[in-house]
Amino acid sequence: MMTRIIFICEQRHKIGISLKILLSLIEMVNRILTLLLIAFSCYSLWVYLYCDEKRIAPDAIASRGWKIWQEKNCQSCHQVYGLGGYMGPDLTNIAALRTEQHLRTFIKYGTGKMPNFQLSDDEVNNLVAWLIWVNKTGKAKVPASAVHWTGTYNIERQE
Amino acid sequence: MSLFFRYYVGCTLLLLFATLAFGVLSSFAFLYPELYNHYLPFYQLHPMHVSAALFWIISGATACIIYYMREVFVLQNAPGKAVNGFICLWTGTIFVIFGFYALKKFGGREYWEFPPFLSIPLLGSWLLFIGNYFMSWRKARDRKPLYVLMWSTGVTFFLITFIEQNLWQIPWFRESLLRDMTVQWKANGSMVGAWNQMLYGTSLYIMVKISGDKSIAENKKVLFFYFLSITNLMFNWGHHIYNLPVNSWVRHVSYIISMTEWIFLISIIRGFKAKLEERQKMRHLLSYKFLIASEFWLYANLGLAIMMSIPAINRYTHGTHITVAHAMGSTIGINTMILLAGIGYMLGVDTLTAEKKKIITSGYYLTQVSLVIFWLSLIVAGLIKGYRNTVLNMTNFQEMMVPVSKILKIFSIAGIGVFAGLTPVVWVYIRAIGNLTTTTTTNK
Repeated sequence: MMTRIIFICEQRHKIGISLKILLSLIEMVNRILTLLLIAFSCYSLWVYLYCDEKRIAPDAIASRGWKIWQEKNCQSCHQVYGLGGYMGPDLTNIAALRTEQHLRTFIKYGTGKMPNFQLSDDEVNNLVAWLIWVNKTGKAKVPASAVHWTGTYNIERQE
Repeated sequence: MSLFFRYYVGCTLLLLFATLAFGVLSSFAFLYPELYNHYLPFYQLHPMHVSAALFWIISGATACIIYYMREVFVLQNAPGKAVNGFICLWTGTIFVIFGFYALKKFGGREYWEFPPFLSIPLLGSWLLFIGNYFMSWRKARDRKPLYVLMWSTGVTFFLITFIEQNLWQIPWFRESLLRDMTVQWKANGSMVGAWNQMLYGTSLYIMVKISGDKSIAENKKVLFFYFLSITNLMFNWGHHIYNLPVNSWVRHVSYIISMTEWIFLISIIRGFKAKLEERQKMRHLLSYKFLIASEFWLYANLGLAIMMSIPAINRYTHGTHITVAHAMGSTIGINTMILLAGIGYMLGVDTLTAEKKKIITSGYYLTQVSLVIFWLSLIVAGLIKGYRNTVLNMTNFQEMMVPVSKILKIFSIAGIGVFAGLTPVVWVYIRAIGNLTTTTTTNK
């Protein structure tokens, strides 16, 4: 009888220890998760506020051009800063490489590969204004001189 | 399971078929735009392909969670009104989105190119889904297994990142192109992490069910990797925007966090032998075959991701087809394979007739071989483009793309192989939906 009581006590003790370990593990998981969530929220806010401190806001015409860019789904074929489609060229700095008239003709009539979107003159002007604004925000290509020995690079916006 | 749920699984599988069909058409529209521009231009096919893929993964992940959480949380009743509401609103919105694409009406951002107001019903349906999930989670006794934690993390972060990727609709975010793009790609990058949490949770649950070993989901090592993956979900998105002239700390933080992925890679290599032995024991199971394929593609894409996360290397690969190789390798190789394992296990594909199992096995092997060619041709195309663009500094785009286009013909043919491999699997799966009358008693 005595051995049985001792056995039951030992078992209960073991279960108690296991429960304690389990509870402390759950507590630890919750603590780490809470800390990570706080860090994520702070970092997200920091990114929103300070990732671009030298911002250049678009004017009303460029904003309308941005809307057309999305409505005609230009991003399916073209990239801005290397993000977007692969069919046509990256257009980040196209306004620095081509004249406004050249851009207007291209957008208005399309090419063999690029369809004619039947855009009005106003829409074409808005898109050109948007491309000019995009060009002002920086260079799409990272110069080799910007690469640091650690593997990262530092790029500053060229005014 | 309810009629609603069976309809949902059917829609999910049809989305996979749509992804493959639009993918093949898009690849040829890319190569021969003159032939397609009049009726089915690339700018119309591409969002159809991308959105179908996106909705296939998210719908598949939610279908698996709705189904398996009933077993994990020991829920007695059929899915309630909230789940049915989610299914109707979610699939209804997807149909409307494809209607807008068919009319060439766009207006959104990359991956979510539909008119932005359609984000509202998607958000509403997700709130129904997440509300139902956490109500069930609260009632459940067993909340501790890692797969439950992964599902909870995934569904929560999908909501956060979905809202974040719609922040561009607030004018303040559009006052700076660089901020706008940073926030958009921050959200997109983290969203991939969110659906990976949902999928890896399902994969872990099936592993536990197949092996009967609960400790797989309860040891300290997997818990450590869970925290490492959630840290990467939150902070490792910067490789998308390394080229943007934003403040350098954005780049440095992502670079440092991304290097923790080496721990995943080293751990995978160390556990490779044990995996091989385990594979020998369970290779007869179709669901297990798909899980093994997802692990192989995880090794390959993780290696690629680590390389792309080093800014000095990203300088050459950014904006090239290497990025596409990573995206498609992950969505087809990892996500689709896990979903086919999860849905297959739910449908009891291992209990189907020998003939149907043979169709699935043949499709499986054809897909794997085609996907290897598909993936490698994208990497070669990316290397050529990166070399010509960054090293040779070619400015004429058409000239730069001449050798790349030749490689992309191989990619398009391999794409037909992936389509031919997965379509019969989808067909057998859809025919097996009738097995979902009760719970998975056959698999237990």
